[in-house]
Amino acid sequence: MVLDVLDQKLIALIQDGLGLTRKPFAHIAEQLGVSEQQVINRLQELKDNGTIKRMGVIVRHRELGFKANAMVVWDIPEHRVVQIATKIAAFNCVTLCYQRPRRPSQQWSYNLFSMIHGKDRASVLQRLEDIVDLLELQDINYQPLFSTRRFKQRGARYIDPDKFSSSEQPSLSAATSQTPLDDKNDFSFPLVVRHAYG
Amino acid sequence: MLTQLEKQLLNNYQQGMPLVSEPYAEIAKELNLKGFAVTEQEVIDCLSQLQDKGLISRIGPVFKPKSVGGSTLAALSVPPERMDEVAEIVNSFEQVNHNYEREHQYNLWFVVATGSQNEVFQVLAEIEQQTGLKVLNLPMEQDYHIDLGFPLWC
Repeated sequence: MVLDVLDQKLIALIQDGLGLTRKPFAHIAEQLGVSEQQVINRLQELKDNGTIKRMGVIVRHRELGFKANAMVVWDIPEHRVVQIATKIAAFNCVTLCYQRPRRPSQQWSYNLFSMIHGKDRASVLQRLEDIVDLLELQDINYQPLFSTRRFKQRGARYIDPDKFSSSEQPSLSAATSQTPLDDKNDFSFPLVVRHAYG
Repeated sequence: MLTQLEKQLLNNYQQGMPLVSEPYAEIAKELNLKGFAVTEQEVIDCLSQLQDKGLISRIGPVFKPKSVGGSTLAALSVPPERMDEVAEIVNSFEQVNHNYEREHQYNLWFVVATGSQNEVFQVLAEIEQQTGLKVLNLPMEQDYHIDLGFPLWC
């Protein structure tokens, strides 16, 4: 996928989030000097070709009561990675599933990373156990790395907004302060049945 | 407690933001069809409040890794007594967007996302220099997950 200068400007304007105004794409179009329809069409293309994985509300798990998250790392033999990773990725509670290199020289032997969220540590561990059982991964070496403190969470800024000298940028709050895990904000959750992909 | 409208927006609009001129009016229309009597302005206000409350970080796109610019996941093995200091150094880089302490010998994990792979290397080199710690650099090789957002009932 080749991104031209206009794409880069578009990404620079949208990466921090869409404005909460009636016509957010028109606002972006104005800053880019193109038509609103062009912005919408281009975003649709970027979505259709997979450059944009999804577009919508980006929730903050911890604030929504999902206080525990474990990055589970797996050491999976090369010939089984694709098959196992695809299955792990399909579980509902798994939000990321990436293959990464091993680094034996730095005592790092894991090659697959998946993120599991839950309301507390016990539920995350239960889900992990379910995955291991259902996929029969008992012979695989894995480890959950729980997060204990969040120092920063915000969207990626792939393009430096200052690179393009347009007018104001949408600026949205980022969690840059230290957040201990025991902060108390409990919310009850809807038990809605969403399209399942797990 | 979350209102019904908040729940709807949080759970059902993590993907599929309407790509139309007036997306919030479209959302209101969709919700009306499902039996929620809301106006465009109420949708905008509700999203804006969710943002103020810190329950959503933004409304926008999630890009496929490596499709735009460069990024990596990196880790440091930080002596416990230096954790605050080192976390602050890592946080100070604009190119770092996630930074978490985790339970492992490698106890500080962060994501560097920026315009190019070259710049990623530069940031990692600077972090090594400023912290005196060796970075474990683990760029993504393959993405197996189809991102449909996070089911809140999960």
